[in-house]
Amino acid sequence: MPTDHVTRRGMLQGGAALAAAPAILSQAQAAAPRTGKGAPMIPVELTVNGREVHVPVDPRTSLLDMLREHLHLTGTKKGCDHGQCGACTVIVEGRRINSCLTLAVMHDGERVTTIEGLGTPDRLHPMQKAFIVHDGYQCGYCTPGQICSAVAVLEEIEAGIPSHVTADLDDVAVNEAELRERMSGNICRCAAYPNIIAAMRDVAGEKQA
Amino acid sequence: MKAFTYERATSVEAAARAAASVQGARFIAGGTNLLDLMKLQIETPTHLIDVNHLGLDRIEETPDGGLRIGALVRNTDLAADRRVRRDYAVLSRALLAGASGQLRNKATTGGNLLQRTRCPYFYDTRMPCNKRQPGSGCGALQGMSRSLAILGVSDACIAQHPSDMAVAMRLLDSAVDTMDANGARRSIPIADFHLLPGDTPQQETVLKPGEIITSVTLPRPIGGTHVYRKVRDRASYAFALVSVAAVFGKDGTARFAFGGIGAKPWRVEAADAAAGRGAKAVAEAALAGARTTHHNDFKKMLVERTLASVYRQREARA
Repeated sequence: MPTDHVTRRGMLQGGAALAAAPAILSQAQAAAPRTGKGAPMIPVELTVNGREVHVPVDPRTSLLDMLREHLHLTGTKKGCDHGQCGACTVIVEGRRINSCLTLAVMHDGERVTTIEGLGTPDRLHPMQKAFIVHDGYQCGYCTPGQICSAVAVLEEIEAGIPSHVTADLDDVAVNEAELRERMSGNICRCAAYPNIIAAMRDVAGEKQA
Repeated sequence: MKAFTYERATSVEAAARAAASVQGARFIAGGTNLLDLMKLQIETPTHLIDVNHLGLDRIEETPDGGLRIGALVRNTDLAADRRVRRDYAVLSRALLAGASGQLRNKATTGGNLLQRTRCPYFYDTRMPCNKRQPGSGCGALQGMSRSLAILGVSDACIAQHPSDMAVAMRLLDSAVDTMDANGARRSIPIADFHLLPGDTPQQETVLKPGEIITSVTLPRPIGGTHVYRKVRDRASYAFALVSVAAVFGKDGTARFAFGGIGAKPWRVEAADAAAGRGAKAVAEAALAGARTTHHNDFKKMLVERTLASVYRQREARA
């Protein structure tokens, strides 16, 4: 394998013999238009985490793959790739969605917020801070999706959007049952659920104060 | 995923024309079901027509006091609409019982009506499935059929219709409004919209090639106590084993529709007529002609028990 074609996936498949080589992901290579028998590339313009980006994509490219493979925003994770686990949750035009189940080309002109856009290591989003304080994760793989979802859930409650467990459809409030129900699209294999709920209640409490 | 070309439609008419003229074209709205199936190559469209920007995302009152729901209204917005919460609570409840918050933010009214079955044999491309590959046989009949339908089924297919929303819309006698490639509009009673499998389970609706759903119209509110009860394998984010949509009138009448048990959203007049005689009588009427397998025979008792729970919920609210 020529060294200028080293990718992280190739590294993992290559095993121990390549383990010592530097894992350099060539930006140019990853962002280059793919050719072959696919349909022509389509230019997509989006605002991602406040930054305008212009990316030509194969129409098949999911929003998730565009974020990860083209823009190298690898905070958003690919779990099941079928909308079942929620690891890919991002916020588009103010709403949380599964980025794996939507095409990048469908979001031309829209605003996307990923975990990288919520906060930085120096300036954490309150929800990120709360996840750390309450130990809302173990392995961390689902965490970016959990946090994006959690941020949007509190906004949905504030907007008065009811849920399956809302007793009176016109009286929407923050409580444990509501948070658990609304977070059911985010699976955590480590089962950090109680601590995720604690983090969310903490942030919701701060907001109300 | 197979390669396809993509266009953003600029008008409903243009979308319908494009869909009728390009072989293998499909509309894409929320995409939550279609893209999932495209990744598995169960759906292999050659051309996608994006209908997200056609102005079909409004909920308007009709002259006769009903509500016209644009086909692109997201499940979240429909469930949260003030008028739907107040006058069609069973529809709000059904929507909120389905999928996850992320999916409801994307999934649309029209797309929900057109979602494909969750039969595991439809999803497993190594298995025979008359719906996926006509004439290949049905893997479910002798297979794992626990989740599958017991009403409206045939020797060719026992797949269940997965929608919660459509069950409530069936209960409310909604109509599906469409436009075809010639610009002609029609309004299809939801009872007639979905087809039973018979010998052609691949044909799921009465829509013609190119015909696009523009809206769903709800008749004027019927009042009463609205209940949607869904029984599933986990507390949230799972398809129904059995679901019951019900509206109880003040005069002792009631109407019922069922999810999880039918090849399409299920409603029979005899079940409504049995309302005064309680859950057991309603279940018996609703289940007339049921055809079960060893695995899904339990659904008959579950229907009766879910109805009993629905009656108790009604009493608690009265």
